[in-house]
Amino acid sequence: MTDLSQNASPTDGSQARLKRIRAGLGKRHAREKRFRLYGIVAIAAALTFVAILFAMILSKGLPAFQQATLTVPVTFSQELIDLEPRPVRESGQSAADFRAADLRWQRDVTLVNWNRVVEDAVRSLAPGSEISSRDLQSLIDSAERFKLRDAFVANPNLLGQTVDMQLLASANADNWLKGNINRDLPDSQQQLSAPARALADELYADGNIRMAFAWHIFTNTDSRSAPASAGLAGAFMGSLYMMMVVIVLAVPIGVASAIYLEEFAPKNRLTDIIEVNINNLAAVPSIVFGLLGAAVFINYFRLPLSAPIVGGLVLTLMTLPTIIIATRSSLRAVPPSLRQAALGLGASKTQTVFHHVLPVTYPGILTATIIGVAQALGETAPLLLIGMNAFVASVPGSPFDQSTALPVQIYLWQGNENRNFFEARTSAAIIVLLALMISLNAIAIFLRSRLERRR
Amino acid sequence: MKKFVFAASAAAIAIAASAGAATAQSRDTIQIAGSSTVLPFASIVAEEFGNAFPEFNAPVVGSGGSGGGLRQFCQGTGDNTIDIANSSRRIQAGEIEACNGAGVNEILEVQFGYDGIVFAVSADKEDFALEPVHVFKAIAAQVPVDGEMVANPYTTWNEIDDSLPNQPISMAIPASNHGTREVFEERVLVEGCEAAELPEMEEEAMEAACTALRQDVVIEIAGDYTETLARLQSNADTVGVFGLSFYDQNRDTLKVATISGIEPSLETIAAGEYPVSRPLFFYVKGEHIGVVPGLEEYVSFFLSDQMAGEGGALEGAGLIPAPAEETADVQAKFDAREAITADQL
Repeated sequence: MTDLSQNASPTDGSQARLKRIRAGLGKRHAREKRFRLYGIVAIAAALTFVAILFAMILSKGLPAFQQATLTVPVTFSQELIDLEPRPVRESGQSAADFRAADLRWQRDVTLVNWNRVVEDAVRSLAPGSEISSRDLQSLIDSAERFKLRDAFVANPNLLGQTVDMQLLASANADNWLKGNINRDLPDSQQQLSAPARALADELYADGNIRMAFAWHIFTNTDSRSAPASAGLAGAFMGSLYMMMVVIVLAVPIGVASAIYLEEFAPKNRLTDIIEVNINNLAAVPSIVFGLLGAAVFINYFRLPLSAPIVGGLVLTLMTLPTIIIATRSSLRAVPPSLRQAALGLGASKTQTVFHHVLPVTYPGILTATIIGVAQALGETAPLLLIGMNAFVASVPGSPFDQSTALPVQIYLWQGNENRNFFEARTSAAIIVLLALMISLNAIAIFLRSRLERRR
Repeated sequence: MKKFVFAASAAAIAIAASAGAATAQSRDTIQIAGSSTVLPFASIVAEEFGNAFPEFNAPVVGSGGSGGGLRQFCQGTGDNTIDIANSSRRIQAGEIEACNGAGVNEILEVQFGYDGIVFAVSADKEDFALEPVHVFKAIAAQVPVDGEMVANPYTTWNEIDDSLPNQPISMAIPASNHGTREVFEERVLVEGCEAAELPEMEEEAMEAACTALRQDVVIEIAGDYTETLARLQSNADTVGVFGLSFYDQNRDTLKVATISGIEPSLETIAAGEYPVSRPLFFYVKGEHIGVVPGLEEYVSFFLSDQMAGEGGALEGAGLIPAPAEETADVQAKFDAREAITADQL
């Protein structure tokens, strides 16, 4: 080579070789450049899709967090609320009797014509209007009468007083004010009548109706009769219970079996078969676990329908292989020198594993757990088969109570017949679910980096 | 870690133990499943029931179609079976037999109102004035031409009848898991089939010819009406089959077709003028009355004027209320615990 470069007049043969090398080099460089370009294009395409997805969900869902809310002075008039005072427990009255009397009183409170109270309140804001009471009622969410009832039950002294209260506008009024329904359509195609639409616009222009942050999305359960007040609280609690069941069952069982298989089990045919089957299990579609859950947990073990405990058990089965495989691979990544050193210093096999090997694998196990749980959080198909797609109007108090889950709630809202309103609501629920997922992943990354630093 | 493993397994055992304990105690929430047509109505009643009766939990309402709900209903009695099956068609003899076989003998039928089935297109399309025979000719696998059954030759609606728009035939209909499908076949296809004057043939062959559909233009929807609506949005030429209440809430994007010249509405269906309507039902498991609290109250509340009655909450959601005498009859039958048997059908 030195000869070649120093020679002022190289031979024809070496010249040709040089040319060939240059040409080949050029090709190689071009190939490398091309490959890098492919990579960049692939990443750009992926990012574009993610950006489009997020832009679509956010642009559709964020408006749902703002909802038309009417601030109105409500009069708890003596005339309409014609009731005995709330029973007080007398001396000598048994607890059961008192409870019965109190329930009776509460039922009486419920039977008060609260719609009329709402109507009077709204009418006081538009004294000149000759709107019919049906049209007027159509502006206010029908669950708001229970808000008044609950306020009254909590504080019976409100009788005869006038207080400012915030009432949610109905879903149709919200659609109209936000322009979710085409405002130019003729009367026959509108949900609200012409006087109701005019009154809604008037109240909005006066500032009586404002767009307020919709906290009730987080505090209310799903609602069919009053769509404007539908929220995610029940589904969120259902998902939370399921996650708890998954963490409590899948992590200890998964980690224990991974440790045993990796560190203690003899390597023979049987363990090979077990290993292959765990890998197979990881690839089983989730809906199959749902069928299994319905057949085993509900029909055989007689666990309740639509309950997070069953959902949690099904998702545990689904998450187990993920955790076992990830734990085993992080155990395998521990250098053998660590084990040899511990054994050489006289530690028993169990001491070696629990004192020296396992602590090194915490970050791996943790990541696997959180990713497994996040995956389980977003799972819908198996839950449909165990009845978790039911309409539940209360927040579950325990994993045995009927409930829905966040992804199932998205599915249910997606199927709601009030499309104009629930399209946005569905996206809002997706935002909440995605936010949960992202924060779970963030926790995983944070914990891993902390644990790794400590090591 | 040792401590953690110990604590976790202790917790796991505790959960398993409480699972056992919970199954031993009986359920205190009414469990309902079935028809997606009845679902919105049942959900509204469930919600209001929870509000009106502070001593009971709000019932839980699942879907799964009429057939799916009745199958679950007939799995047997006990805590892990449902108490009420919603259905948009009457229970079938085979289903009653399945129920009896599983120990469900006291099937109490409650009929609570009517629902209309409408044909709708996207709002920007031309008006449709359909007759049952048009629908039959559009989607049947074989149609009569000059007295001979031939493979369906029609590609656009105006080939069937000049009064219909020049629009390619495409139709989204409910799949067979929906009760709506049965009503659609009975009230539209069979009617249309009779009007189409098929050549003479045996009864069984006739029945098959009336309900055999061509697969190239018919989309069977197993999901709910939102899926049908999505079909209309992706292919604007599609004619969709919806429930009246769904159409009512989406009037801004849908346009309804008249059937035999009558526009579907609360009034025309209640008066019996609009031909494609059907009664709605739910079935209560008599064995569970007194076991699951609130069942009787739920039925009475459902049938009360403020719910299923005229001007009640369900009318606002698109239910066509049954006449008051009919409802009183149903309530009396329920109170007398008159169970339905296979030979009554």
